[in-house]
Amino acid sequence: MTRPITKTVSVPVTDGDSDRYTVRMGPQHPATHGVLRVDLELDGETICKCTPHVGYLHRGFEKLAEHRTYAQALILTDRLDYIAAMANNVGYCVAVEKLLDISVPARAKYIRTIVCEMSRIASHLLWLATHALDIGAMTVFLYCFREREILLDLFEDLCGARLTFSYPRIGGVRQDVTTSFIDELQRFVYLFPDMIKEYETMIDTNRIWLKRTVGIGKVTREEALSMGLTGASLRGSGIDYDVRKHRPYDAYDQVDFEVPIAEEGDIYARYRCRMEEMRQSNIILQQCIDQLPPGPIVGDDAPDLVMPREGMRKVEGERTVYGTGIIKLLKDRGGYPVGDVYVSTEVPKGELGFYFISDGSGMPYRMHIRSPSFIHIGALPQITQGQLIADLIANIGTLDVVLGECDR
Amino acid sequence: MEPMEIAKKLQVQFPGEVIEIYDYQGQVAVVANRERIIDILRWLRDTPSIDMDHLMALCGVDNLSRPGAENLERFEVVYNLYSTTKRHMLRIRAQVPEGNPCIDSATSLWSGADWLERETYDLVGITFTGHPNMKRILLPDDWQGHPLVKNYPLKGEQEWSGMVDLIERVEQLREFDFYENNPSPVGKDADQCQTRND
Repeated sequence: MTRPITKTVSVPVTDGDSDRYTVRMGPQHPATHGVLRVDLELDGETICKCTPHVGYLHRGFEKLAEHRTYAQALILTDRLDYIAAMANNVGYCVAVEKLLDISVPARAKYIRTIVCEMSRIASHLLWLATHALDIGAMTVFLYCFREREILLDLFEDLCGARLTFSYPRIGGVRQDVTTSFIDELQRFVYLFPDMIKEYETMIDTNRIWLKRTVGIGKVTREEALSMGLTGASLRGSGIDYDVRKHRPYDAYDQVDFEVPIAEEGDIYARYRCRMEEMRQSNIILQQCIDQLPPGPIVGDDAPDLVMPREGMRKVEGERTVYGTGIIKLLKDRGGYPVGDVYVSTEVPKGELGFYFISDGSGMPYRMHIRSPSFIHIGALPQITQGQLIADLIANIGTLDVVLGECDR
Repeated sequence: MEPMEIAKKLQVQFPGEVIEIYDYQGQVAVVANRERIIDILRWLRDTPSIDMDHLMALCGVDNLSRPGAENLERFEVVYNLYSTTKRHMLRIRAQVPEGNPCIDSATSLWSGADWLERETYDLVGITFTGHPNMKRILLPDDWQGHPLVKNYPLKGEQEWSGMVDLIERVEQLREFDFYENNPSPVGKDADQCQTRND
């Protein structure tokens, strides 16, 4: 099919007697949180029409995954939401485990829950930092990065990487946690509630913050569901939908936590939800540390996984030392099944879903990624319609989008 | 209500539209014809006892080399639906033939379907009738072909015309190069790196 080459040119729109004009924001604008381009049709400072353009970061993960085995395609998920790569890895692994019917040992489930919640806190901290910076509160940015650094150091201690982990594996996790990791995490969990109070003292009493957020960017219940918003953006509009509660995965059915919900549906409500979520994540972390069971960290029937097997490692001091022999884990599975599943997990940004079709070849026949950021940016025109251009920045911030995940 | 029960009700409600109902790993899916797909989706969304209010995902699939493809059309559009109040999910797989790959748009039911349908058009090449803005979304407007079709090669069919233009432009701008004797400044840097390594 031949398509004509189209070139977009910025021209003033003449609509009767009003002075409408177009402004192109991005893709290099710092407040767009990545390479998002928004074409704005303005009347004064009011947005008449907002058209987001995405795709600058498209790397074709869905096509790439079709040419890799399930274990190999895991590294692609790191590059989706690079702020919370751990949560993406876990989402991918949970989906493949459901597709291939692989069981995960209890210890691995708890470790995954820990890293998921750690990445949720890290992601929310970055969200708060940049959201506050966009609106004009500089100090919060520095405070948030201070705590985020502790979490990134913990991740580094756990698996050697600070951003792209590939630590969870299909059927378990790559490596056991050390006692020093647990001690450090315990210290963080002990200190963190006071840190949240610090952010709130700086923000909640700030008149500018309240003026910029309360009553701005309102989304009703029906609109939120229709637009497909998920995560804190949906719960800020009063809908009780959290995948961790609705379809529990890993150890989320073993821990006790609450899902914060706000009714107002404005930017401030979403902010309150995310702040509460950080507190709840902290509670989950504490429970996981207390309940962490002993045992193996990877299932025996995990496919295509090169791992030192249980019994081949010994503990020397704090570190686990592996023997020289490495075994490819692949029990007699009788081939791969044929079928399709849709499995979603609650990542910091919302609901991350993987739709897999297996044709029995050991590589995904089709992998579709339902990324929350893609759908949230799609909802941006509807949310910002008729608002001021300054509120667009606040709206992009409150939807908490990452373009790596949007463009895939 | 159990998902299987919903699927059975759907079959009674829309006789002749449902081709197959199956269950894999506890997830129930319905293979359906495309003709009345919007009616089916509206019925699932608006029936109070079913209340599928959340369109979780919408994607296109190319069935070219899929096992069991002889019973299926070339393409299909998959709707994953969920009820946030009743907490049940159901998958609808609408069959789309190769000759005329189009299906009715679900944007009238969920405004969030807008971008998902554009993505499906962009990557698989299925057009949605009644969509307000049926354009490419992730790929450039002048891209040739649809990458997620099974016979599209992994490394693409040809260089994107925009890239060809860009390379031409870079060649033109060589005229203003800072390094006179070196055709490529990149090459010069690389040489320096080499020396340092030695």
